[in-house]
Amino acid sequence: MDRFRMIFQYFQSNSESVMNGICGLLALASVKMYTSLDFSCPCLPQYNMAYGLGVMLVPPIILFLCGLILNRQSLVMLEEWRRPAGRRKKDLAVIRYMCSSIMQRAMVAPVVWIIVTLLDGKCLICAFSGSMDPQKFVGFANVSTEQVQQLLAKVPCKDEELMRNNTSRKAVSRYLRCCSQALGWSILLILIIAAFLARWLRPCFNQATLLQARHWSNYIDIEQKIFEETCCEHSQLFAHKCILHFFESMQQEIKLHSFSLPREGEGAEGEEGLLQGITDQDQVNKLLKTWYYEKPPLDVSQAHQR
Amino acid sequence: MDKFRMIFQFFQSNQESFMNGICGIMALASTQMYSAFDFNCPCLPHYNLAYGLGILLVPPFILFLLGFVLNNNISMLAEEWRRPRGRRGKDPAVLRYMFCSMAQRAMIAPAVWVSVTLLDGKCITCAFCTSVPLETLGNASHPRLSQGEVQRVLARIPCKEIYNGQQLVANEVAVRYLRCISQALGWCFVLLMTTLAFLVRSLRPCFSQAAFLKSRYWSHYIDIERKLFDETCAEHARSFAKVCIQQFFEGMSTDLVAARCHLPRKAPADAGEAAEKLLGITDQGTMNMALKSWHRCKPPLHLHPPALPTGNGWAGEGQPPRHPSAPQKETAAYYSWV
Repeated sequence: MDRFRMIFQYFQSNSESVMNGICGLLALASVKMYTSLDFSCPCLPQYNMAYGLGVMLVPPIILFLCGLILNRQSLVMLEEWRRPAGRRKKDLAVIRYMCSSIMQRAMVAPVVWIIVTLLDGKCLICAFSGSMDPQKFVGFANVSTEQVQQLLAKVPCKDEELMRNNTSRKAVSRYLRCCSQALGWSILLILIIAAFLARWLRPCFNQATLLQARHWSNYIDIEQKIFEETCCEHSQLFAHKCILHFFESMQQEIKLHSFSLPREGEGAEGEEGLLQGITDQDQVNKLLKTWYYEKPPLDVSQAHQR
Repeated sequence: MDKFRMIFQFFQSNQESFMNGICGIMALASTQMYSAFDFNCPCLPHYNLAYGLGILLVPPFILFLLGFVLNNNISMLAEEWRRPRGRRGKDPAVLRYMFCSMAQRAMIAPAVWVSVTLLDGKCITCAFCTSVPLETLGNASHPRLSQGEVQRVLARIPCKEIYNGQQLVANEVAVRYLRCISQALGWCFVLLMTTLAFLVRSLRPCFSQAAFLKSRYWSHYIDIERKLFDETCAEHARSFAKVCIQQFFEGMSTDLVAARCHLPRKAPADAGEAAEKLLGITDQGTMNMALKSWHRCKPPLHLHPPALPTGNGWAGEGQPPRHPSAPQKETAAYYSWV
């Protein structure tokens, strides 16, 4: 039991670290996914905006859902929320605490994706190149409306023959990238300031409630783990008893049906005890066949009474 | 037993982690397989669709089946499903739980393959290049070609080296368009799968938590019981073999003694364990005979109860009356030298 206690303690102190680790891994995975993604803007008037904004906004939703799925605590929280009150009251503050800590961790990877996307700039260039005002750029100023839309849509594609050495294309591209990076850095700054303030100002408000909520949310987590472990132990003992009882009842059946002389009592020692009175090929075959065709009932009360 | 219990518990608590690990390895293997695979679009009108869709859909099916094959619990599920009722009822909820958890794990590698394929774009480009909308993408001035010709030209889009339809539609434009569609499909697919997984996981505690706990307990129980039964049978087989072999050697040495008309030699009281273990076989000829007999005429799988190793292992002394059955005659049979 002592060893179990040590293992559980280690597990508990590391439950938060495990969650933080998963959070960090997802953030790294999102950066890796972005770099390995082959971003190819369609360079067509209607499709650019959909593609650019899609690549910027759909993966964060996926990463957020992944963050919720991979977090074990979200299941614990849901169970606690939906369970009948029974003989234990439900504390909404605990549930709120768990919910907010889960959400905070799940938001990290999506935010990382959005910031990386904005700082890189390709998505915004693709999405908003068609919305630029052509009058501001020399190369597009005196072109007919239809054509200018087509040309602006082709700005993100550097290798396009029309656009290869077009200085206006480079100007539009630079302008959009500048806006994108400014937006990215601003969002990053705002988020970091918000996180800093939240952490710094938290002790000023409701510290006692917070400590209680944190304690009881840890407790619920541990309780569930220990319940699962106890169920495991119990099912092992149950299985052990069930199988022993099965072997003994086979032994008795064999004794009833065969006419062999009753053996001396000292048969319980050494190898004999392990053989359980089953000493013949036919007897073993019968035992295995009975195990398959007629599994013993899930009831070890008789075995227990012995 | 305490050690057994701890080992089993470790294994059990790690069974799920073990399965998750295999799941993750298969997902990585599927991305690796895709990047190592040399995709060669045939660039012919009717073959493109078959090839592209085949690469998109056949490997996931294989990976799904492989996910089941690599899962140890599949035989457990099949056994529980097909066993006769006997004295223990069958619970369909337990079977459903086992099947669902296996199917969920098996679905991950195929989903990864399909996502990677769609996000990469080569398969969709190959499969649907003949369906590119020429009105929107095509050049204004293109020669009037017959339908078949147009199809043949468009089918060569994925193969840049042999593409000869620049006047019809620019290669880069078509490839960009198809890749954009493919990536959109890929992201939608991933979003759909993730949403489904999220719903399945989060709706369960709201509806059937008690039933779920019951099914989970009994499915773990079936697994543990099966393992323990195998362990017990292995222990039994070990003891059986040990006693069988001991009786074989004793039978041999008794018959040898009878044949040579030697006086039964009592082992000296202080000979120790070594003499006991020799079981009366003390020279090369006898040992060779024992080995030959073991090969030519193995003893029957029937342990006669009275002949237990007592004292120094000599079967010749102080035996209770033998069970009057065939085995005694059979053990004598090996001695005929033919």
